[in-house]
Amino acid sequence: MKIHEYQGKAVLASFGVPVPAGKVAYSVVEAAEVAKELGFPVVVKAQIHAGGRGKAGGVKLARSADEVEQIAKTMLGMTLRTHQTGPEGRTVRRLLIEQAMDLEGSREMYLAVVVDRATASPVFMASSQGGMDIEEVAAKDPKAIVKEAVDPAVGFQAFQARKLAFALDLPVATLPRAVSFMQALHKAFEAVDASLLEINPFLMTKAGALLALDAKVNFDDNALYRHPDLKELRDLDEEDPLEVEASKFGLNYIKLEGGNVGCMVNGAGLAMATMDIIKLAGGAPANFLDVGGGANAEQIRNAFRILMMDKDVKAVLINIFGGILRGDVLAEGVIAAVRDLNVQVPVVIRIKGNNEERAKEMLRQSGLNFATADDMTEAARRVVAAAAGRTK
Amino acid sequence: MSVLVGRSSRVLVQGMGKHGTFHAVACREYGTKVVGGVTPGKGGTIIEGFPIFDSVRQAVDETGANVSMIFVPPPGAADAIMEAADAGIPLVVCITEGVPTLDMVKVAEYLKGRPTRLIGPNCPGVISPGEKCKVGIMPGHIHKGGSVGVVSRSGTLTYEAVHQLTSLGIGQSTCIGIGGDPIIGTNHTQALELFNKDKGTRAIVMIGEIGGNAEEEAAAYVKKHVKKPVVGFIAGQTAPPGRRMGHAGAIIAGGRGTAAEKMKAMKAAGIHVVKSPADIGAAIAKVLKKP
Repeated sequence: MKIHEYQGKAVLASFGVPVPAGKVAYSVVEAAEVAKELGFPVVVKAQIHAGGRGKAGGVKLARSADEVEQIAKTMLGMTLRTHQTGPEGRTVRRLLIEQAMDLEGSREMYLAVVVDRATASPVFMASSQGGMDIEEVAAKDPKAIVKEAVDPAVGFQAFQARKLAFALDLPVATLPRAVSFMQALHKAFEAVDASLLEINPFLMTKAGALLALDAKVNFDDNALYRHPDLKELRDLDEEDPLEVEASKFGLNYIKLEGGNVGCMVNGAGLAMATMDIIKLAGGAPANFLDVGGGANAEQIRNAFRILMMDKDVKAVLINIFGGILRGDVLAEGVIAAVRDLNVQVPVVIRIKGNNEERAKEMLRQSGLNFATADDMTEAARRVVAAAAGRTK
Repeated sequence: MSVLVGRSSRVLVQGMGKHGTFHAVACREYGTKVVGGVTPGKGGTIIEGFPIFDSVRQAVDETGANVSMIFVPPPGAADAIMEAADAGIPLVVCITEGVPTLDMVKVAEYLKGRPTRLIGPNCPGVISPGEKCKVGIMPGHIHKGGSVGVVSRSGTLTYEAVHQLTSLGIGQSTCIGIGGDPIIGTNHTQALELFNKDKGTRAIVMIGEIGGNAEEEAAAYVKKHVKKPVVGFIAGQTAPPGRRMGHAGAIIAGGRGTAAEKMKAMKAAGIHVVKSPADIGAAIAKVLKKP
């Protein structure tokens, strides 16, 4: 789960990570009030769940109440397009008003904590090239990123923080602050079950103070059950409405741009493979949809409802590898859903599992617009043809 | 011949709730020696003919169990794995989906230096059809005994591949579902090592997906050590970057972990990479025909 910068900074600050003073504002009036409390100059930062906001005009300096109001007026409600939002962009609904730091003589670095799959441990990543896209740094100059793995048995040690500080070429006088900054970051990582903590830029002021100038905080979805307070930080405005709707029913749905073949599959791997084979057949998948390993009639009904809400979908491919599920029960669910929801687009179905012959018979006799297929290649070919308006 | 599970496997089920009990019965019907269950607080009772114990230690002492299959829900799954390891069980298969990543960090640390091997979590399990031993939730009837080893990060996609093999009359030595999470007990490379050593395995199917670089590492291992033919497929060739595709581990992050990268590394290692998931069975048939 992703959260906003201002929420991330509040979480980190509660563990002792130094951040600039600031507060969220939902309106122009609020923005001006917060700015007056903080004192000028302030930075007005658009809050969306995507990076690259600065370049897109989502971060502005304001020296007076008038300026804050003017900037807030433009930013609230604007559509911000960055390299991470895609062409459709995101609407700005919240602003972070923050005390402006004096960047004269300061250094912008990069610091992050993630879980490394290979070593099965949290790992710190640091780079003296902060403020820019770390993916670019990694691609151009991988050696510019220093890594330090945390031993799960003993946790993050002070000497490891000093190692990172030396690698970042921090002055010796700042060492105690660097150690406490990084230890606070590690404490936060473990305590909130983060999947990513990223401080970019990680700022050292001219006077040697260390601060998180930006903060990206992602949580491990599997661990949210033990953090009910953090769950409340979810901002549904930042998510695709269909994805939000699907998540209410335990369906894993992701909208794909530019596709017209709706897919409904049980299991994530098979769902990805089904998207792949649609592409190979010359079509384009409109979505990823995993109805779960044990798909039942209710799940199929909900899945159909979501797929039909996507106006790009011109045909649907259902690929269910039932295994121990009964094919006839699934067929019954599909027929009921298509009838009740008055599904108009052609539906190609491939069901593998017990009683699959009976399932096919039921689908044929339903009088509805179904085509069945025995294997994935045939199913993909048929659905791509149907989506293109050809009958096959 | 087979790897991990077979005729000598004596299987214990941790978490004999509705789900665990259902699959304990299904495994027994397939032919697996399911010797009992563990649910703390229910020791001394009998569920569906299985004796239930309060602890793994007691169960091992009484039944001689050497494999544990875990269905304990996410909050207790890591604890259950460690309890099985503490009791000296050599093979633990964790089916549970949704185990927090930092819990798995602890588990991985705990298992270091202990003889227990973990499969999963978030996996369908392991099956050796020729020896009628199924430790997992996969449909047994689509399998057939034979000499192809299958290793995969997914569930139903593995069933799809196995179904293709069986339909072509090609049997499997063992099928290992290693799980779709970022941190898993046994990875592709370790599974390949097992198949490479197994005399009963003549060819290998390796099914990966986007995210991480386990497939690249496995490819490097194949290039160096594996003489048996390997057929590979990567799911997620059309997946957009930055989105988690169902599995916690299936995400292209920072431009890394793409299907294209993995397929390239696998091809370079001499693996027969198929673009279409429908071609896995046919590709194995082809490599097995070669003298």
